[in-house]
Amino acid sequence: MAGLATSLGAGAASNSFDQISGADLLLIFGSNTTEGHPIVSLQVNEAINRGAKIIVGDPRKIEMVRFADVWLNLKPGTNIALLNGLIHVIVKEGLQNENFIKNRTEGFDELKELVKDYTPERVQEITGVNREKIIKAARLYAEAKNAMILYGLGVTEHRMGTENAMSIANLALTCGHIGRPFTGIMALRGQNNVQGASDMGPAPNIFPGYQPVTNPEIRERFEKAWNVKLSPKIGLKSVEMLDEAKKGAFKGLLIMGEDPGQTDPDLHHVWDALKSLEFLAVIDIFHTETTRFAHVIFPGASFAEKDGTFTNGERRIQRVRKAIEPLSGLAEWQILCELSSRMGYPMKYNHPSEVMDEIASLTPIYAGVSYDRLESGGLQWPCPSREHPGTETLYTSAFSRAGGLAKFVPLEHRQSGETTDLEYPFILITGRRREHYNNGSMTRRVKGIMELYPEEILELNQEDADRLNIKDKETVRVSSRRGEIMVKAGIMERSQQGQVFLSFHYPDALSNLLTSEHRDPITGTPEYKVCAVKVEKPD
Amino acid sequence: METTLDTALIKATINGKEITAHEGSSILEVCRDNGIYIPTLCYDERLEAYGGCRLCVVEVKGVARPLSSCTTPLQKGMDIITESENLTKLRSTIVSLLLSDHPNDCMFCEKAGSCTLQDLAYRYGARSDTYAGEKRNIPITDVNPFIYFDPNKCILCGRCVNICQNLVKVGTIDMTRRGFQSRPDTAFGRSRSADNCVFCGQCISACPVGALVEKPSMGKGRGRELKQVRTTCTYCGTGCNFFLNVRDNQVVRVTSDYSAPVNKGNLCIKGRFGYEFINHESRIRTPLIRDGEGFREASWDEALDYTAGKFKEIRQKYGSESVGAFSSSRCTNEENYLISKWVRAALGNNNVDNCARV
Repeated sequence: MAGLATSLGAGAASNSFDQISGADLLLIFGSNTTEGHPIVSLQVNEAINRGAKIIVGDPRKIEMVRFADVWLNLKPGTNIALLNGLIHVIVKEGLQNENFIKNRTEGFDELKELVKDYTPERVQEITGVNREKIIKAARLYAEAKNAMILYGLGVTEHRMGTENAMSIANLALTCGHIGRPFTGIMALRGQNNVQGASDMGPAPNIFPGYQPVTNPEIRERFEKAWNVKLSPKIGLKSVEMLDEAKKGAFKGLLIMGEDPGQTDPDLHHVWDALKSLEFLAVIDIFHTETTRFAHVIFPGASFAEKDGTFTNGERRIQRVRKAIEPLSGLAEWQILCELSSRMGYPMKYNHPSEVMDEIASLTPIYAGVSYDRLESGGLQWPCPSREHPGTETLYTSAFSRAGGLAKFVPLEHRQSGETTDLEYPFILITGRRREHYNNGSMTRRVKGIMELYPEEILELNQEDADRLNIKDKETVRVSSRRGEIMVKAGIMERSQQGQVFLSFHYPDALSNLLTSEHRDPITGTPEYKVCAVKVEKPD
Repeated sequence: METTLDTALIKATINGKEITAHEGSSILEVCRDNGIYIPTLCYDERLEAYGGCRLCVVEVKGVARPLSSCTTPLQKGMDIITESENLTKLRSTIVSLLLSDHPNDCMFCEKAGSCTLQDLAYRYGARSDTYAGEKRNIPITDVNPFIYFDPNKCILCGRCVNICQNLVKVGTIDMTRRGFQSRPDTAFGRSRSADNCVFCGQCISACPVGALVEKPSMGKGRGRELKQVRTTCTYCGTGCNFFLNVRDNQVVRVTSDYSAPVNKGNLCIKGRFGYEFINHESRIRTPLIRDGEGFREASWDEALDYTAGKFKEIRQKYGSESVGAFSSSRCTNEENYLISKWVRAALGNNNVDNCARV
């Protein structure tokens, strides 16, 4: 999200989901929307029913390709080259939105200069996408009245993830396709409350509402409200805490509702780090790969057992309501209050609504939010006052950067952290399947889902399978420079030649034993979408 | 889609009352917006209206025959009647005809209490013996884990086929066979499986009767016996709303919330069927403290005091920067706020992060 924040001002989707069906062109980039966000894909389907054009940018022949006017089948890790190529064509043919560029942006000339080198021929060479398709997609996007970009983790889970997102913003800004209803950039958030968790500032550099901890005035406000002296020093990111733990400097960790022992990349490193801790407390609803390393485990409460709010991928704050009592007696918000009070810093709330009132008092984008306003439909932030109706479309008059202008960031294509070679000739892409969810601790406990989708499958192309003499459903060994797993091969046309795909839902086929240590240096996001692997028949 | 409705406002009269509405809206939409009841079976606001069931007929002054309100756009100055003796007779006849080949086994039916056909029979005084007709005795053969389909109860409204084909665009089912044997079915009547269905259960959410029901919920309680709690889904970031249906502190069914701002009643396999983890036997139900290679059960007080003590001790021994916390996108905003407050105020540093980056 740092990418969009740099270019536009806010790390969030610019529009509402229900505007997707009103767009007349959708560029779906690095998002297997049909599986990753099935209900968002219904909005796409409605747009298709109304005659919208569809461009899909994805290395895999995902389901949405069926409806695509153009499929940009780029090689993993070549997003920037492709996006620069699209902008090159747009500028060359004079299809850019000069008015918008002049009045609402800065830095276009540098980008214009940079994309000169990204001719369709050169971009075809880098990305593997036929030049004709690049030209066609560029024209379709630029000439659409209302064009919307949906992008997913195929954009951000790269070493260049932040730059990839900025590059998406470059394309939208070039054509002025942002700041209006039905027109903008929808960054699809993977988890139920990933937007809210970002908004609420459990992050080393910001307080709730993206307010920097280094700003003395803001710190003072929080010090006054919380009645405590606060550190001005930016803290450690999660990946850094683990690095420091392994080195021996970081000793005590509380993990609430997360399973880095399965879902982080380069698991051997994570396990070593968790083992090195002097004290690890974990709050979770099930035993996970991470609880194995805990000294104390607190039972968590599922979403059905507590009151609260989630903020979805269109910035909509919605109620979560308690349907049953917490199975263990306490919900996480109560555990945190108890823990804090027992450490000498009392936190006491009778109900989560009181926590929201405190959030609203300290967080300008949530200032108008309270439970009584969330009864039906929720509210989309920014919602700066009790009277404010919330915001469906961002940037209609100004971008949220200082000065109100959006910023073009000229970016060169660079290689992924790890590239294929003779020993590890395949690119492994990892991601999610429709029926399962993350570490699978929830969906693997649904009988029907396990009946239908009991095990991991390595998606393999027919030509590659023939070459390696691998048959459908045959168990194969997949290995990288870091580890190996055994998994059944599924031969299908979804993966292109030289590429394979795995999910990360099954603990008996831990795909993150294979993924690499490379990260986006700005956000720390791991490069889940590219690593080099070998596929072979077992001995 | 409110943002597109920039059409002109027009005036018309419904049941003697003047109303204002957007030009281009159907009579049915306008009536429902104004709280006027009109019965429907084939209408689903998520789908294009096609006027199949004829229950939504209304009288328009100056028009000889009743018109189906779902497919008739409201026009300026229309004078509309939604309830009359004639309309009741028409509707009663339609419902009676539907009952003539329906199993009418309401006392055993999962849908009893929330069945539109049952409600309409009651409302319009339709009886199952008015046109006693032939029954279909089609065997129930589909063996999938989620979707129970009893073709004998199907009233052929077409909503399940429409939603599967046009909204989900998977095309698992279509209207098959002819005449009395017509029914929505999969290709070659095969069971639904991972090969031909995505198990979103959208067909179930569209079915107005008990022909399509959630298989895992069968026998676990009907309408009135269940507490319905509206909430937001815990899986992806779309933010779908639905109702958790609860009985004896157990979630036994998920039903659609058609008023939900994002999903409008639509759900996917995880939203509709992914709730069994909630009451799963392997849930951790008590605090645990490490004991050698394993764990032993502990009281809340013991585990909390022990943990608070450990964090204080480590802070003292290695300095305030040696401790921290990971938060989660799985937890609520309030919990994410509190964990960041705890780290900053009680641990005294900014070593707090969430999983948005990984």
